[in-house]
Amino acid sequence: MGVIHVTDREGQRHTLEAIEGWRVMEIIRDWGLPIEGLCGGACECATCHVFVNEDWLEKLYPASDEEEDQLDTVITQANSRLSCQIIWTPDLDGLELTLAPAGG
Amino acid sequence: MTDNIETDVVIIGAGPVGLFAVFELGLLDIKCHVVDILPKVGGQCAELYPEKPIYDIPGFPMVTGQALVDNLMAQIEPFHPTFHLNEMVESVESLGTPEAPLFRVKTSENETTFTCKALIIAAGGGSFQPKKPPIEHIEAYEGTGVFYAVRHMQMFRDKRILIVGGGDSALDWTVNLQPIAKRLTLLHRRDAFRAAPHTVEKMRSLVASGDMDLHLGQVTTLKGEAPVLEGAVIKKDDGSTFDVDCDVMLPFFGLTMKVGPIADWGLNLHENLIPVDTEKFETNVPGIFAIGDINTYPGKLKLILSGFHEGALAAQKVHRYVYPEKRLLFQYTTSSTSLQKKLGVAA
Repeated sequence: MGVIHVTDREGQRHTLEAIEGWRVMEIIRDWGLPIEGLCGGACECATCHVFVNEDWLEKLYPASDEEEDQLDTVITQANSRLSCQIIWTPDLDGLELTLAPAGG
Repeated sequence: MTDNIETDVVIIGAGPVGLFAVFELGLLDIKCHVVDILPKVGGQCAELYPEKPIYDIPGFPMVTGQALVDNLMAQIEPFHPTFHLNEMVESVESLGTPEAPLFRVKTSENETTFTCKALIIAAGGGSFQPKKPPIEHIEAYEGTGVFYAVRHMQMFRDKRILIVGGGDSALDWTVNLQPIAKRLTLLHRRDAFRAAPHTVEKMRSLVASGDMDLHLGQVTTLKGEAPVLEGAVIKKDDGSTFDVDCDVMLPFFGLTMKVGPIADWGLNLHENLIPVDTEKFETNVPGIFAIGDINTYPGKLKLILSGFHEGALAAQKVHRYVYPEKRLLFQYTTSSTSLQKKLGVAA
């Protein structure tokens, strides 16, 4: 067991219990934070866009071409990722991220 | 021109669930028209993941989104549904009573008007609309300096055009508008494009010959006193910024889904979903049903197969509205000659 820390669009930080094997998007959605996840985790919509704290970026698998294609459809920062493409493992205990603006 | 169409049922949404509802209604001799905002049938299956395999459709160990849609179209073919594509249902007006509902349904684009006895909303996540980049005050320029689609190319003649994006729409409009633009700039966040290779090549050669500009970066701010656009501030990967002067900006960031005008039809909504009962999948308005991803009820699962079930049950209640005098006999397609006749397969 472990946690992730998610800062919402109002700047409030939430600590969410994480489950191994779940997509980070699914963890965020399961806890009721406002993340859309329209396509259900198929890497087809970019509505689960998050900004990952710089310290954690290197610990993640790099984005696939498919994820980059979807990131083209939003306004990104250097630390932009799609949270449906991050599968939570105990290595990511304490993962820190921020929800991107809605619709972007 | 306003068409006025009288029919039994209008289905909003030509995704898999809307398509299968045509089948279930058809078996009960109920005629329907299907309206969808996209130019093609299939909804999310065809628009978002046509090539993605789906593994939880009963009877299909694996089927792609597009193949599922193609099969559904073949399955409903005997019922000859009429499709109204590229249209969005704008308004729904109740003309009847709770016991005998009657609705006037109007679409926006082509102004089709329907009179129908029941309405089935199978709109999934809502209507597909262009994704708007979250740039401050962008809405102040929409329709004058910012456009999410090209309807009339001539509007852009002799303009300084900034196209943003790296997909097919961005690249197609880049090569199509370049000849009539005063100056065309393509902006993308990275030097990789997911568009047809020959279009990308054409764009690269226009850049090489100096006939257009290509920049890498993202728009941070729009310039000019709204609604008149004068330029955009672009941020590069290294954090530095520069300006591009432009009269119009065309962002092509793909599509997203919005609940849209459904919110104005007097239906109860819960977080953009429509609550229904689980016997008939009817909303708080008698005669208006909601099936598939757009509805909610205790235990709801957003699965295509749930939507199929919901359509079958909704059709039973629709039958009562369409044929109030007729008793509905429950039949199987395996054994009923009458159903087989409707399907065109009777011996």
